[in-house]
Amino acid sequence: MKIIVNGKEKELSPASTLIALVKVLELDPETIVAEHNGRIVPREEYDSLALVENDTLELIRFVGGG
Amino acid sequence: MIRINEKTIPFQEGMRVADCIASVKPEADICIVNGFPVPSGTVLHDGDVCCLITRGETPTAVEMEALLVARHTPGVHEKIKKSTVGIMGLGGLGSQVAIALVRIGIGRLVLVDYDLVEPSNLNRQQYFIDQIGMPKIAALAANLGRMNPYVELETVDCRLSEENIPQVFGEVDVLCECFDDPAMKAAALRAALTRMPDTGYVGSSGVAGLGDNNGIVTRQLFPRVFVVGDGESAAGPGQGLMAPRVGIAAHHQANQVLRLLLGKDYNI
Repeated sequence: MKIIVNGKEKELSPASTLIALVKVLELDPETIVAEHNGRIVPREEYDSLALVENDTLELIRFVGGG
Repeated sequence: MIRINEKTIPFQEGMRVADCIASVKPEADICIVNGFPVPSGTVLHDGDVCCLITRGETPTAVEMEALLVARHTPGVHEKIKKSTVGIMGLGGLGSQVAIALVRIGIGRLVLVDYDLVEPSNLNRQQYFIDQIGMPKIAALAANLGRMNPYVELETVDCRLSEENIPQVFGEVDVLCECFDDPAMKAAALRAALTRMPDTGYVGSSGVAGLGDNNGIVTRQLFPRVFVVGDGESAAGPGQGLMAPRVGIAAHHQANQVLRLLLGKDYNI
């Protein structure tokens, strides 16, 4: 299925969860803030949130140091 | 008119600095006119700005405000002295953001860190050798008090979490994220976006290493929400955190905090 991540189209297996997407992108879920169709996703929903065709995601990734 | 510290007095032809000392600050022993030290016998001209100082004396609150305002962009101090900023983490970023805001006369800071000053901090954090072992909140408060004692400081010794951030910083106008840990950076932004929608936010990501200066940018994510850094340079083996580049990011943060307090950059 096709979804939009940070403005770009991405192909994902149907019924993927947010956590599956994060892993495909090789990101650490702890360091991500996710906005799904305009809603900020609570951390506890990363494993369960199911993505569907044409979902829009903005993923903000933080790196350490300060 | 002549400006002398916080006062403005009519200009009279032939008046000297010594006359102003006598009428405004008899104990003054240093005179600065238009930014330069001068002897007290110096003749003044209409429009001169004089600063009369007694060596070693702390300015009063009123004098301090006048001295700050002398070098500020007009109107800035009036607004920021009523503002409160929260700083999460008092390390390389946070300690420097705090100093910048204190120097310009912010009204109040809420400073939060659970950590102690360590020797390895000193390559970028604004602490001194004789503060090693002190809690950062105490060390930073002492340092800030020596720069501008008229800023209200609230110090909180606690480990922040996504759950407690909105409560700890409930009264701030702008929240500045200066964490080291990327998981806390994400958690803090989530807390701010979901539970502090009216609060300005300036985060950080990617301030390590020796990358070029112009790689550090301030990016707007949402109305009132910004992130400073290059987005990539993580601290880790082979890529350290050092005062110069961390300082670039810290001052991006401080300036963005200031701009938010002045009502700029609120809309994308």
